[in-house]
Amino acid sequence: MTANTKLSSAGSAPVPDRPNSFRSGPDERGRFGLYGGRFVAETLMPLILELERAYGEARADPAFKAEMDGHLASYVGRPSPLYYAERLTEHLRRQAADAGGSGGAKIYLKREELNHTGSHKVNNVLGQIMLARRMGKKRIIAETGAGQHGVATATLCARFGLDCVIYMGAVDVERQMPNVFRMRMLGAEVVPVQSGSRTLKDAMNDALRDWVTNVDTTFYCIGTVAGPHPYPTIVRDFQSIIGHETRAQMLEAEGRLPDSLIACIGGGSNAMGLFHPFLDEASVKIYGVEAAGHGVASGAHAASIAGGRPGVLHGNRTYLLMDGDGQITEAHSISAGLDYPGIGPEHAWLNDVGRVTYLSATDEEALAAFQLLTRLEGIIPALEPAHAIARVVEVAPQLPREHLMVVNLSGRGDKDVPQVADILGGRA
Amino acid sequence: MSAPHKSGGVARIDARLAACQAEGRAALITFVTAGDPDFDTSLAVVEALPGAGADLIELGMPFTDPMADGPAIQAAGLRALAGGQTMVRTLELVARFRTRDTATPIILMGYYNPIYIYGVERFLGDARAAGVDGLIVVDLPPEEDAELCLPALEAGLAFIRLATPTTDDARLPAVLANTAGFVYYVSITGITGSATPDFGKVTAAVQRIKGHTRLPVAVGFGVRTAAHAATVAACADGVVVGTALVERVKAALDAEGCGSAATAEGVAALVRELAAGVRGAAKSDAA
Repeated sequence: MTANTKLSSAGSAPVPDRPNSFRSGPDERGRFGLYGGRFVAETLMPLILELERAYGEARADPAFKAEMDGHLASYVGRPSPLYYAERLTEHLRRQAADAGGSGGAKIYLKREELNHTGSHKVNNVLGQIMLARRMGKKRIIAETGAGQHGVATATLCARFGLDCVIYMGAVDVERQMPNVFRMRMLGAEVVPVQSGSRTLKDAMNDALRDWVTNVDTTFYCIGTVAGPHPYPTIVRDFQSIIGHETRAQMLEAEGRLPDSLIACIGGGSNAMGLFHPFLDEASVKIYGVEAAGHGVASGAHAASIAGGRPGVLHGNRTYLLMDGDGQITEAHSISAGLDYPGIGPEHAWLNDVGRVTYLSATDEEALAAFQLLTRLEGIIPALEPAHAIARVVEVAPQLPREHLMVVNLSGRGDKDVPQVADILGGRA
Repeated sequence: MSAPHKSGGVARIDARLAACQAEGRAALITFVTAGDPDFDTSLAVVEALPGAGADLIELGMPFTDPMADGPAIQAAGLRALAGGQTMVRTLELVARFRTRDTATPIILMGYYNPIYIYGVERFLGDARAAGVDGLIVVDLPPEEDAELCLPALEAGLAFIRLATPTTDDARLPAVLANTAGFVYYVSITGITGSATPDFGKVTAAVQRIKGHTRLPVAVGFGVRTAAHAATVAACADGVVVGTALVERVKAALDAEGCGSAATAEGVAALVRELAAGVRGAAKSDAA
């Protein structure tokens, strides 16, 4: 079968062989086509191979799944609701009518922001912490951008009595102070990273440096679908519960599959979790939204696919922001969680084969969408999914009323309120 | 592919290590970052190394995100990038060095992305033409040999592998399989310049590696002083010093962070001490 998506946005570029399934990757070398791999120092390789073995065993162990399901239900609070955003839908239908149209897609929000700790991050962290316990590791390290992954990691370390060290860029520490306090209250050590651009990529560098130093005792809990194989697969698998639930919930609500899915992308874990179970459903259109910062043309953005090219960083080959000499450039986004100069390798591949369409939204568009959803639905989104909402606002009025669109509302905006208040001043 | 230095590449590394062995001593391998803090100062530093006692030269290719390096080498890379260093300029630095010295091996050390973006084939051709003899690329383990290691060997360049305390006997054969020139044993689990190794364990590890290969084994990460160098030289075929030299570069910059004639001399002074350490070491093993 072939998916009814547009072909590669590269136009005249050769389209890679169309696979029989979009869900079969990665290969045994951890590759999704050109992307992925295991580009790490030798010190880490034995542990990465051990992790791959441990994950394979855990995945085949019914007891692991049973324990995980129990924690997801009673501790995380799953399943998260699939919510019909009635007033947002009506608002966009009025916009369509004002423009002389009759459309306006029916918009559902997948409420990942209702999870314990306030975002989708906890789904993956729970799985990795259980893996760490299986592997006998007592010390957990993680990188964090917005602080959502750091908070989820600190939370589960508190829950299971594990030592926790969180690396966070010094710039992000400043703009996400509420989450820094939360992590410290939960007993984690938060290390402000002063190297490089002092944001998420530098936090990941320092986490890797810690890991290479403490490899015997430490489990590195990566927060997104990136890094060396098998991390992109592990994180994707743990996040795929988002898509599996969405499928069942939409069948329950509407008696059929959604027509489109849309999610914001930094590294891309919330998006991959929603997308992956639907990749082989040819009728479902899929959109990822990168952070365009001040605009892709401005150079101050975090849109790796729109403004980057394939390179190697942090253990994998993927689209990266860099200069002509292969030096990684600084990303910019209003959202700390999207402020990363790369993207998960499976997204890079899905872009090249044309299965997923990657769009972007600017800081300003995200800020407007943040306010719109808050006013219309009484849901304060994180600035990250506000980027996805920004594209919904543009796309939905052009679609027919029977079109069912699911937006992954990956996190709640409480952490962003001080920053948004600063930007808006008295305008809110 | 042009190869003007017929004795270059793996052969130049083999010849120099054999010469050191014939003298009954370990080789001193010195690391500095190319272009730190600017091209001219860096060239002067590199040109001063052999005369001060360096047997082989590792030249760092600056990268924004050096995940295996500690603060000193991170900072050196950023100084070089701020000074306008690029891959083209790094190869030019090697070519300039080669106009005066055709015997000292030069090994480029760094991370894969700048090479990947330069283009692997183009890089190997230009590196060989400039007089580069070997490569150490931290983020290319044996699992990724097809990327650069195999093409480099094909082009006559040594691909020098890192073995680490976590590389066990089961894994060593894979690590050693496509390596050439020498094996670089990373004496600690950690980043460059971060800790002083337990030298007793290092001796045992070198012996373990030698049980799997006839290649010379050099030891680096955490070797800072003449005394360390002497200790390592007693058990290994090569002693690698990096962070201490890079710190010496930094210490010899003026108030504006610019290099001067004193920079090369400051580095050379430390290299002379390290060389004396290496030369004074009693060979204790049966290597």
